[in-house]
Amino acid sequence: MTASDTKMTDNRPFAIRAYTPDELRGALKRMYLIRRFEEGAEDSYMRGLIHGTMHLSIGQEASAVATCMELTDDDKITSTHRGHGHCIAKGADVGRMFAEFFGKETGYCHGRGGSMHIADVKTGNLGANGIVGGGLPIAVGAALSAKRLGKSDVTVCFFGDGANNEGAFHESLNMASVWKLPVVFVCENNQYGMSTSIRRSTAVARISDRAAAYSMPGVTVDGNDFSAVAEAVHLANARARAGDGPSLVENLTYRWRGHSKSDRNRYRTKEEIEMWMGQDPITRFRTELIAHGITDEAGADAIEAAAVADMEAGIAFAKASPAPDVSEVTRYVYAEV
Amino acid sequence: MNAVPQDTALRTLSYAEAIREAMAIAMEADPAVILMGEDIGVYGGAFQVTLDLVDRFGPDRVMDTPISELGGAGVAVGAALTGLKPIFEFQFSDFAMLAMEQIVNQAAKLRYMLGGEASVPVVFRLPSGSGTGAAAQHSQSIEAWFGHVPGLKVLQPSTPADAKGMLLAALADPDPVMIFEHKLLYKMKGPVPAGHHLTPIGKAAVRREGSDLTIVAGSIMVHRALEAAGRLATEGISAEVVDLRSIRPIDHETILASVRKTGRLMVVYEGVKAFGVGAEISALVAESDAFDFLDAPILRLGAADAPVPYNPDLERASVPQVDSIESAARRLARREV
Repeated sequence: MTASDTKMTDNRPFAIRAYTPDELRGALKRMYLIRRFEEGAEDSYMRGLIHGTMHLSIGQEASAVATCMELTDDDKITSTHRGHGHCIAKGADVGRMFAEFFGKETGYCHGRGGSMHIADVKTGNLGANGIVGGGLPIAVGAALSAKRLGKSDVTVCFFGDGANNEGAFHESLNMASVWKLPVVFVCENNQYGMSTSIRRSTAVARISDRAAAYSMPGVTVDGNDFSAVAEAVHLANARARAGDGPSLVENLTYRWRGHSKSDRNRYRTKEEIEMWMGQDPITRFRTELIAHGITDEAGADAIEAAAVADMEAGIAFAKASPAPDVSEVTRYVYAEV
Repeated sequence: MNAVPQDTALRTLSYAEAIREAMAIAMEADPAVILMGEDIGVYGGAFQVTLDLVDRFGPDRVMDTPISELGGAGVAVGAALTGLKPIFEFQFSDFAMLAMEQIVNQAAKLRYMLGGEASVPVVFRLPSGSGTGAAAQHSQSIEAWFGHVPGLKVLQPSTPADAKGMLLAALADPDPVMIFEHKLLYKMKGPVPAGHHLTPIGKAAVRREGSDLTIVAGSIMVHRALEAAGRLATEGISAEVVDLRSIRPIDHETILASVRKTGRLMVVYEGVKAFGVGAEISALVAESDAFDFLDAPILRLGAADAPVPYNPDLERASVPQVDSIESAARRLARREV
């Protein structure tokens, strides 16, 4: 990491300065993988291969991947109901993710969790959460563990704009700050809590303004700009690892799809959606990488094709996987002795 | 009483001292054990259960939390998920209602939602029960609520030995455990084994043998039932008193064996009578072969269908007392119900 050393003389975007070409191409691959995974999941849902519901993060891929850019498997994340991107960004295998969505025994949660509880504990993903704000105190607890156990790990707590009005948000930020815990609160502000816009639900103009109430740095960045997110989280991680406590990073972004599969999109206009689709974080990052010679059109196409291949292989794995044995419906409720 | 290992010295300790001893033993043995709660540090806890533990183990391991029950419980859940073993004290069990989300949606379900890939070895301590004049929001007995939740273990110690043994057993258990301590028992003294004494989770204890009826009771109601049984013995009625000890898992075998022997069942508990522990125990008897051994209807004695009142006479009248247990047991023994 030489970003801060070179900043004065190097006007290239943070990510280009901070990461190796391999890391950057890997990030583009993960962004494509999230997009193709969610399109594949949506298609599988339409075909009746996936039941229940799901919350797609299409349009928010930069936030997930740039936030997780510097995290290791020892660093933890807590995720949200819109958590597929976080899971992939943290390093999960899409085959096991699809298997979970298909309700298969080979899924990350052995078919017990589905989309809303997708997790991969081995890569530090403590799980998506079906309760808005549910992961916030858990993230603070994970950071407490790191501090008490003398580890330098950080915990990144993803949450949406909707969660910023939950009591759990306020209690969690307060405790993290009082105890100076190594946690980075990352708000993915996609501007709607289901149908209710941030303006109609939230008294402050920017969610990052709330950081001041808990004596921590708060910053709002363009959440569709990979470099902007990566730089903000980089600084927050550094502060956390140095023992200086938590930060709040607000990634301003937009979900292209509805809240869930029941959404009729009656609360926002076609023009608004199209405007944001013109701010596609993947296209922007791809263009940036090509402009800085990290890859070229053919190279980027190959990266995208690799993501498609991974997605298709993942679906094939899920289809071929065994279903759970219905006699094991109570398995995993308690530890097996 | 339980058999105690021969090499284990018995001392007389109060229920609160026994709990404190268990916490100290666990903290000495395992640096991952921490205490969390409101005013558990220099104040010593609202009921002086943690007393001077902060002097012995320091404020990093005996953590005063802000008055943030939801967030605090969630921090304990997150810490348990990532390597610590928190013992979280709710100042009053009533306050656990502020944290239902983290207890019920998170702690209880995480192992299952994640397909057995995670453990939440958290212990919640909950001072509960009436008799202190603290009225409706500081006197409840809500243990049955949690009996309804798969993934939790729910305990109710009635003796100092069990108060210690259950806490150490809970810490050794990989799943979340809720221990409902009775406020009126904190000063009660009794023999307590030294060292790492464990009370098995899920095992009831026959505290008094009898042949005419079975009284299943928990927590302080065990003592009231024993006193009532003593009085009834003078008039030739032989009551067997079973200390439930564990609400979840519940010890079917001990209860059913006692009912098969006596042919009469009364359940005494401090929670509101309707939809309570008595309903579950009645149903498990009614659904079993022990039903054929019943010589009288099952009788439940629980709290009045009202909040716990302030006036001391009303308060006493609102929950089972020795007199009401005695008269109900007599009616049951004479088949006057």
